[in-house]
Amino acid sequence: MEKQWEELSSDEKQEALFQRWLSPEGVEFASPEAEKLYKERVTRIKDAIQLKKLPDRVPVLLIPSFFPAFYAGMTPLEVMYDSEKANMAWEKFYLDIQPDGHFGCVAPGPGRFFDILDYKLYKWPGHGVSPEHTYQCLEGEYMKADEYDAFIQDPSYFFTTTYLPRIFGALEPFKMLPNLTVVAEMYGAGGTFIPYGLPEVQAAYKALLEAGSEALKWGGYCAAFNKEMAESGFPACQAGFTKAPFDTLGDTLRGTKGIMVDMYRQPGKLLQAMEAITPFWIKKGISEAIGAGNPLIFIPLHKGADGFLSDEQFKTFYWPYLKKIILGLVDEGVVPFCWAEGGYNTRLEVIRDLPKGKTIWLFDIVDIAKAKEALDGIACVSGTMPMDLLTIGRPQDVKDHVKKCIDTAGKGGGYIMANGAFFDDVKPENVRAMVDFTKEYGVYK
Amino acid sequence: MEIVGKRFADSEYFISELMYSGEILRGITDMVKPRLAEETDFKRLGKVVMGTVAGDIHDIGKNIVVFMLDVNGFEVYDLGVDVPAQKFVDKIKESGAPIVGLSGFLTLAYDSMKQTVEAIKNAGLRDKVKVMIGGGQITEQVMKYTGADAYGKDAMVGVSLAKKWTGAE
Repeated sequence: MEKQWEELSSDEKQEALFQRWLSPEGVEFASPEAEKLYKERVTRIKDAIQLKKLPDRVPVLLIPSFFPAFYAGMTPLEVMYDSEKANMAWEKFYLDIQPDGHFGCVAPGPGRFFDILDYKLYKWPGHGVSPEHTYQCLEGEYMKADEYDAFIQDPSYFFTTTYLPRIFGALEPFKMLPNLTVVAEMYGAGGTFIPYGLPEVQAAYKALLEAGSEALKWGGYCAAFNKEMAESGFPACQAGFTKAPFDTLGDTLRGTKGIMVDMYRQPGKLLQAMEAITPFWIKKGISEAIGAGNPLIFIPLHKGADGFLSDEQFKTFYWPYLKKIILGLVDEGVVPFCWAEGGYNTRLEVIRDLPKGKTIWLFDIVDIAKAKEALDGIACVSGTMPMDLLTIGRPQDVKDHVKKCIDTAGKGGGYIMANGAFFDDVKPENVRAMVDFTKEYGVYK
Repeated sequence: MEIVGKRFADSEYFISELMYSGEILRGITDMVKPRLAEETDFKRLGKVVMGTVAGDIHDIGKNIVVFMLDVNGFEVYDLGVDVPAQKFVDKIKESGAPIVGLSGFLTLAYDSMKQTVEAIKNAGLRDKVKVMIGGGQITEQVMKYTGADAYGKDAMVGVSLAKKWTGAE
């Protein structure tokens, strides 16, 4: 009899997720050739991650920002507000350039959703940024220095009644919402729900319902995109994403300056807050991976980069909670796909402390030989194609960089060629050179 | 703050310490300022026009550079974020600043920087100012592409460049 999910070891769970990824449900391949390519691609990436077998060649992945829009002659504004156009542009990009997998068509939307809720956290095309430019975060103290206790005691209530009203203008009335954790017996229950009758609160809910409909519509396009890509032979390389607790607090709650100062003025509270949100982000990653039948969960890493924190601070505030997230995912068979944005040369020795063959580390700016040395036999190394080469370099510069990475990090497997940071309006011939040359030069003999 | 800057340049201090020191200094300034009879007028090393280039609204890096230039004795005109090329040109003309710092985080900033340098050139000011650029994805290759004079990997390189160009060092 087949074992229940709970009875499987973490290795068996990982294998089960890889198998589901290899034979995706509900996908009818366009041709036997597409099916063959799909399975080869998944196997190639799996071998690079698990470090057990040498892949047939170095896999190559492209994680674009708005490049597909520019490549198709569209503006970021167009694809943020027209999901059909977005799908067309993203499909054209992947089908033309043919990397070993795709990262969905989720970046560009849904514009209307953000309009309806009057999103304050970002500027986007048509809302503070020109149509030709991409969305950008407006850093601020969306959580105040004296709000740690409220946050730690009840993160969900804090989000609903304090954080969401600050980042979504239309949800400002949520400030008046009751804490439903105190709904108990018949006596008093009615009173708790009075705020839902207020006209402002009802208007906020109407906006929320409308925004939800937009999100659902957009989600349909995202799902259709994934299905079509799989049927054409391209596996999705991201089932969802999660975040490091230090980044969660530092990026969109306290802001960079806020969290830096908190490390000195209220370190205990900061640690408690990170502890409080860690389980939420572990659960998010697990449920997205299991829901999609795909082990890869992205983790973009920001404020642990070289130069931001001292070694001591990294080891005290950043790494312990990120490690908890990673291990929490690994336990359930999920493969954390860590993307270290910025420099990571000084962190290599710390991040080595991980189980073998369970993670991918995509680096932006790193000494690739040192990264390979540190993670050899521990984790799959990836990335480092620099933005300046893709944007203003020549195809030969790109090929030289591919060669350097494959010669060092590619040795013995365990390497995936990829861009170091999200890319927008770069030269298509450089992107093509990166993919084609990896396929040519990266074959293991 | 000069010590903080030096320690930062020597990789003894990190952005965390810079920001915390800045916060402490701000606290002290807030306390001391009302008690000062009048602004003590001290001689500044030179003028610098700073801003994040058009289309880019990232300001953490730019703010650190502005702060470090300020505490190192420069008079900084901070134009903010998403600054059109013409605004840089106007400020250079108005202030007579011999140094311009262009910041950018996105790769889209490469072209905005290039266009800003060109606008400075077209205004006939290129030989009157030195241009330095900086940001997460800025390299020597980008510097050449934009036509800037120098680039900096961190804020203290910006301070060193400004000191060198004003003859303060």
